[in-house]
Amino acid sequence: MTAIDPTAHLSDEQIEQLGRELDALRDEVIASRGERDAAYIRKVISVQRKLEMGSRGVLLFSLFPPAWLIGTAGLSVAKILENMEIGHNILHGQWDWMRDPKIHSTTWEWDHVSPAAQWKHSHNELHHTYTNVIGKDNDLGYGIMRVDEDQKWHPFHLGQPLWNFINACFFEYGIAAYDLELGKNLHKSRRKNPEFRARAREVGKKIRKQVLKDYIIHPLLSGPSFLTTLGATFTANLVRNLWSHSVIMCGHFPEGVQTFERRSIDGETRGQWYLRQMLGSANISGSKAMHIMTGNLSHQIEHHLFPDLPSNRYGEIAPKVRELFDRYGLEYVSGSLPKQVFSAWRKVFRLSLPNKSVKPNKTVKVPGRAKERVAA
Amino acid sequence: MTSVALRARALRLLEMVTTPLLPSDYLDLVAPLRSGADLRGRIEAIHPETRDAATIVIRPGRGWKGHVAGQYIRVGVDVDGVRLWRAYSVTSPTSRADGRITITVKAMPDGKVSNHLVRRAKPGTVIHLDQASGDFVLPAVKPAKVLYLTAGSGITPVMGMLRDTALADVVVLHSAPTEADVIFRDDLRDLAADKALRLIERHTDTAGTLDITRLDEHVPDWTERETWACGPTGLLDAAEEHWARHGIADRLHTERFRPAALVTGEGGAVTFTTTDKTVEADGATPLLDVGEQAGVLMPSGCRMGICFGCVTPLRAGAVRDLRTGEVTTAEPGVLIQTCVSAAAGACEIER
Ligand SMILES: Cc1cc2nc3c(=O)[nH]c(=O)nc-3n(C[C@H](O)[C@H](O)[C@H](O)COP(=O)(O)OP(=O)(O)OC[C@H]3O[C@@H](n4cnc5c(N)ncnc54)[C@H](O)[C@@H]3O)c2cc1C
Ligand code: FES
Repeated sequence: MTAIDPTAHLSDEQIEQLGRELDALRDEVIASRGERDAAYIRKVISVQRKLEMGSRGVLLFSLFPPAWLIGTAGLSVAKILENMEIGHNILHGQWDWMRDPKIHSTTWEWDHVSPAAQWKHSHNELHHTYTNVIGKDNDLGYGIMRVDEDQKWHPFHLGQPLWNFINACFFEYGIAAYDLELGKNLHKSRRKNPEFRARAREVGKKIRKQVLKDYIIHPLLSGPSFLTTLGATFTANLVRNLWSHSVIMCGHFPEGVQTFERRSIDGETRGQWYLRQMLGSANISGSKAMHIMTGNLSHQIEHHLFPDLPSNRYGEIAPKVRELFDRYGLEYVSGSLPKQVFSAWRKVFRLSLPNKSVKPNKTVKVPGRAKERVAA
Repeated sequence: MTSVALRARALRLLEMVTTPLLPSDYLDLVAPLRSGADLRGRIEAIHPETRDAATIVIRPGRGWKGHVAGQYIRVGVDVDGVRLWRAYSVTSPTSRADGRITITVKAMPDGKVSNHLVRRAKPGTVIHLDQASGDFVLPAVKPAKVLYLTAGSGITPVMGMLRDTALADVVVLHSAPTEADVIFRDDLRDLAADKALRLIERHTDTAGTLDITRLDEHVPDWTERETWACGPTGLLDAAEEHWARHGIADRLHTERFRPAALVTGEGGAVTFTTTDKTVEADGATPLLDVGEQAGVLMPSGCRMGICFGCVTPLRAGAVRDLRTGEVTTAEPGVLIQTCVSAAAGACEIER
């Protein structure tokens, strides 16, 4: 691998022009947001709630294997919809424009052990701002893995395929720990920090409620089906965790996605910011149902360009975004779910070992500023 | 255990099942008008009144507590997917047998909600409501002689009173551009024919705007009458001045659909603490508008300082009341009406 900067062919002016074209696309969507979009999210919410209640109802009789199967499948889908197309996107503020206090980023709480407020901070403010900047975007390996050649290798990383698998199974807990910055905050010096303790208490409270619902109340209501319902809710949570973990891995880890140097974002312009989002994300191709089940994170590129546009619009603007990639000579990384999951896992395995050759230096240091570096 | 305590227990158990949502989030999907729900209503019919006004028949939810004739309700309607709140006077009598209420809306040029309700809303739509409020109502002891002084859509609260309460001696002096623009024309004429009131209909396109100083030409005994006036700002300002000049300001009751004259001053940076957003605002724009433009969830209602649907804690800094110019400074517990307050320097409000 050589140090090829995929943005080297673009002049500063071209990059700012790209930014203006993306701004115009954003304005176009905002100007046309309306009834159709509102009807969409209300429909998804309504379907999700009916599916969840229906599935939990069926699971009251989970002693009968067909009921177990149907109920577990339904609850898994309901939980996935709730976290992905509904929760993630509402918490991004994608639906705030409707001014409906029941569907708003400041009032929404989701079926997840990480309280919405904490997740919003680490996800919206940190990950979406510092996307793929090594040392700044903790989503790059969640602090437990090495997913880029330029991240320093440590013997701990030898076990990362296992860490990643465990994280996938208990993903919501992984996220809660991550939102709490447990790794950093469990240090002796920080453990007693009152702000951290308050946040940890919040998480504790949320976990208690979630566990009580899924693993005690619902099984108890099932009477003789106690154990089978317990198994069903556990399975549904597991399925949801594995699914969201896979989708999210596909967003930034597959081959072809670029990472950036810490210094690169100092004084970043609007155009350069867009460029970083374009190169730092990957899409998943598939059917409409698949897009909805991924919360339209299958349109990760569009989502990272415009995190707060309604999710149902990502698919609609994708052809225009793609056309921009082509016109500006940039690679639009996209592939089927199995292909992208495989690619991401392969990277997790490969980077569990130290870099083979001398440092390959493949990271894009400064998107669109390669020339400056040469000149300096 | 009492049934109340039992219910509370059952509800707590249900909440454990539905967490992080509430049982009501599920019930709302199937029974949005049930008792205990946030107050909503279903539009049952829309009857055109004139070329730009219509009466909306609403079946209110079970939590509706009724109204007093002359009062208004706050109505939340989704227009192009965006929830907008406005105030509308109730035009149906309190005694209506089927429990429905009506509002009568005149479409304003470029008016978002009024045009939607008059021209686009469909029966079956669920809208959001608030309990009736307002003190533009008749007193407990009915006055012997009454004058209703109205213009345009200002007839609406008065129609609510006329339909509700019969009085011995009533004069209605109503202005509208043309005969065809008179909202409730037939109802008013029927009431006049029944001798329930004396109707003076003024068509301003031909007769010109009413000169309030010549009121005694139309209603010679106006000073003896308790008066309820509703209409455009110009009419109400003139009436208030006229009544005051005659030293009987206490006999005039007005209802304004729009805010009275505005003052302005220096603006500042406004921080919305819940949403964690800061924007620059001038000294003339109500914080309600500033917040809405910034995508902050701002409750609202009349948008002119009367319904208190918009009150919000002021956490820091100062705001200016756009009606009076009075400046309010943050202190624990201080609430402001965002629709009539603008930034007076940097301020923080809890939204
Ligand atoms: C207590 C109260 C009772 C009311 N009762 C009624 C009622 O029974 N029937 C009724 O039709 N309206 C009533 N209104 C007025 C109503 O609340 C709205 O203000 C009106 O329908 C316009 O809203 P909009 O969304 O259509 O206009 P907006 O989109 O808010 O405004 C569009 C344009 O119209 C102007 N505008 C707004 N309101 C008025 C107005 N009242 N007169 C002239 N220009 C205006 C604005 O300045 C703007 O330029 C009442 C208002 C109050 C405060
Ligand atoms: S919105 Fe009615 S008082 Fe402010």
